This record gives sequence, C-alpha cells and structure tokens, in this order.
Amino acid sequence: MKFKALTAAVAIVALPVTVLADPDDDKLIINGEIEMISVTKAPEHVENLDTIYSGWHFRTDETQALQIDDFDNPAMIFVDQAADIYETVDGAAGKSCASCHDAVESFAGLHAQMPKVDPETGKLVVMEDLINECRTERMEADAWKWSGADMQGMVALIGLQSRGMPMNVAIDGPAAPYWEQGKEMYYTRYGQLELSCANCHEENYGNMIRADHLSQGMINGFPTYRLKQAKLISRHNRFRGCIRDTRAETFAEGSDEFRALELYVASRGNGLSVETPAVRQ
Amino acid sequence: MEISRRETLALCLGAAVLTMMPFRANAAVEDAISAFTGGADVAEGGVTLTAPEIAENGNTVPIEVSAPGAVSIAVFAAGNPTPGVATFNFGPLAASQSAATRIRLAGTQDVIAVAKMADGSFAKASATVKVTIGGCGG
Amino acid sequence: MASGVKPRVKVPKTAAAGEAVTIKSLISHKMESGQRKDKEGNVIPRSIINRFTCEFNGQMVIDVTLEPAISTNPYFQFEATVPEAGEFVFTWYDDDGSVYDTKKKIEIA
Repeated sequence: MKFKALTAAVAIVALPVTVLADPDDDKLIINGEIEMISVTKAPEHVENLDTIYSGWHFRTDETQALQIDDFDNPAMIFVDQAADIYETVDGAAGKSCASCHDAVESFAGLHAQMPKVDPETGKLVVMEDLINECRTERMEADAWKWSGADMQGMVALIGLQSRGMPMNVAIDGPAAPYWEQGKEMYYTRYGQLELSCANCHEENYGNMIRADHLSQGMINGFPTYRLKQAKLISRHNRFRGCIRDTRAETFAEGSDEFRALELYVASRGNGLSVETPAVRQ
Repeated sequence: MEISRRETLALCLGAAVLTMMPFRANAAVEDAISAFTGGADVAEGGVTLTAPEIAENGNTVPIEVSAPGAVSIAVFAAGNPTPGVATFNFGPLAASQSAATRIRLAGTQDVIAVAKMADGSFAKASATVKVTIGGCGG
Repeated sequence: MASGVKPRVKVPKTAAAGEAVTIKSLISHKMESGQRKDKEGNVIPRSIINRFTCEFNGQMVIDVTLEPAISTNPYFQFEATVPEAGEFVFTWYDDDGSVYDTKKKIEIA
C-alpha cells in the first residue's frame, strides 16, 4: 500500500515532465493556407517507430512561429537570393539555370524523391550533386561548396517547389544497397560517447539532452535555417555536427557515406511533408 | 545568544548592502539607461515588453515593445557585454508606438524597455529571459 | 558587406485612407558584433547595420537605432498609418557607409 502511494506520488511528479517533453499537438499550417503533414504513421520499413513527427513539433512556440509565415522565416531572404542566381549567367558556357530549365516551379516534386540513384551511372545522388553537375558540366562554372550560402539557397529554392508534398524516396531496386548502408550507419555507435543516431533520435526523442529537446532527427525540413548559425544548414552539415558531438572523427560533407545516410534518414520521413526551408533552434 | 538593537541594525544594513550588490554589477545598464533618460526618474508601467520566458537559442530571441503615446522606446539587455539593443523613434505616421524585432542575449538575463513619453516623462518594463545552452552544437 | 545584402519588405498592396497597416522588414546581414574573435584570437571588427528608417511620402514612420545585440538578418515589424496613396521608402545604413534601400507603393482602396 505504502509502495503504491509512493508510485502514485512519483507518477504525479513525473507527469508534467512527460507532457512537456512529448512532441506538441500544434498544427503546422504555413501562411494560413498550406497544411503540412507534420505527424503521420511511420512507414513500414521503420521498424521501431509507430508515428513520425516533424522536428517542428519539438521546438518552442517562438521558434515554431518563425516557420508558419514565409515573411517571418529568415531563410526566405536566401531563397530570394537563389531565385536571382537562377536567372544569372555564370561560367564559360554563358548560361544560367534558366537557360536550360523552365521556371523554377518546374522542379515541383523533385525534392520529395531525393536522394535517388542516377540510372546512367548507378550512383546515389543528392540535390547538391545535381546542382554542381549542372554548374560544372553545362554552365562550365566552378562547383559550389557543399554548405555554402549559394548552394544551400539553391537546394532550398528547388525544395520549396515541393513544399507540402509528402517525402517519398525510393528504397528498393538500385537504391537498396545504399539504403542498407545508410541503415547500418544509423544504428552504428560512433565516437568516444558511443552514440548511434538511433540512441538519441529513435530511443530518446521527446527527452531532453541537457537543454535540447530531442527530435526524431527528420530531415524533411532541410536545408533548414538554424538560429544558432543564423543561416541555411545542409543535411550533411547537421550529420557532421551530430557525429562530431559523439566525439568521433566524422565523415565529410559530400561523402558517399553521408549520401547513403541521407537516403536512409530521408526514407524514415517518407509521408511527412517537404518543409524546407524550415526553422530550427 | 541575544541580539542587541544595535546588532540588529548592523545585520539589517549588511543585508541591505547584499541586496544592493546585484545592482552594482549592472552599472553598465544603469549608465546606458541614464544616457537615454538624462537621469530623469523612470516610472513602472505604461510600457509592455513581450519576450519569451525561455529562449531556445540566445542568437535570435523575438521581442516586442509597446508604449502608447511614446516618442521613443529604448531596449537594453542587462547581461550583454554592451547593454544597448535598439532605440525605436516613432514618427508622425507610426500607427502605434510598438515594434517587434529579434535580439541576441549572451545568457539568462533581464531585458529592459524604457519609453520616453510625449510629455518628457519616462516609463519602463522588464522581463527575465532564460537562455538555454543546448546539448548539441553546430 | 556591400555585396550579398538583400532587403525584403512586406506591405499590403492597398489600404483604406487613414488605415493602420502592419509592415515587416528583413535584410540579410551578418551583424558582426565586434565581440567575436577569429581563430588567431584577434577581435573581428564590428560591422553592423546601425540604422533603419521607414518613411511614407517623405514623412517618418519609424527610425530605429540598431546596436550589435540585434540578431543576424535584422527583422522589424511595426504599424504605419496610410493617409493617402503613395510610396514607402525603407533605408538601411551600414557601418561601412553603404546604404541599402527599397520602395513599396500602396494604393487607396
């Protein structure tokens, strides 16, 4: 009896903490009109989760507010800059993006399927690869740095055309070996702290790691404007940051390892709306 | 142990000095506020300062100030290396004496808004913002 | 910092005469505070936007003095009275002497 009373007391004390830590119930609607799928049933291939949540649900009201109106979203200045660059001739071939491509709206849907396997080379490619291939092969311009403002602005501009569409990356067929490689990485413990992606983002999402509210580590909002760096952050930059925080030697941005991890992590979010450019802490 | 009247007085004075201490540490912000007010008295009330109780990142903290009838509103961050944040001067076509912006806070501290009213008087409001230090760097 | 600076403002296209409208402004800028040090330990010199103004048909709406405590990519939201049709002029003043401006017309509906 005494034991039960104690348990009840603990439960009462613990309850508010649990309520605070869970992903919140807010609804993500952008500009008062674009309804986003930010909570949905986990895809079949994600064995250990029932429900998947956008990282937006783990942020404070103030941070959430920065994403629900495109004008309040500081990332949009970089998207605007990318829209200018889209029309600007660069490189020896005298071409801009617009020389070959229709208006940027024609990229609607692409982001939701990236990364994907290039049918010609059989290699897994991410959006940054497609952009740099255009720049070096067709524009005869210099390749952009992976996490540079030009590159991530353009990735976000192209991604924005798919905003609201559910992520739907292919994991079978030619993508299967890359997906398996990414999955292997996701569950591998790295660094002196011996932490895998899953330790934080699958087993402990909703809990606090010091003062950070752990999300499921979904990347449907990337490139994302991170308040800490006050700029658009690439997926590979965030992977690198996470692995570095485990006190490990990390993989490079643009490495084949991170391409594979990007495919696997993107597939865990299949069904969530493309959110880029999201805003996170 | 009995405490005499004189000792009681000394204890109270000691306590008063101790409570004064934090204010001394904030000399820079007091100086900055005095520079704005010209040393005039500052009343409480008449100014609304909206700031989050907890900021997820000190780099970008949304705040809003409002003081109907103000000519200008100055915002200070008491715990920053330099306390000045911004001064909003309202012109004849300002529809309200209010504004919102995003500020940097070096740590948990008080944010103070001081309004200069049309009659030359001053009023202020303050809010404590807790700045969290995240577990995960960049 | 004169390169890569991009202003963005949000103003309604129309208003009733005398109506109060909400205005939002954002500009890309590092707002280097002068508090940070580089890898060699040298202080990175301050380089910020130190003033922002909004005028309508030559009359002041708001004139803001910015200090280094304003976040990267400065954002402001405020309200303006629109007495007649005309043009808002937004101006940002950089520490390095550069001045950036942008204009928005508004009609009376």
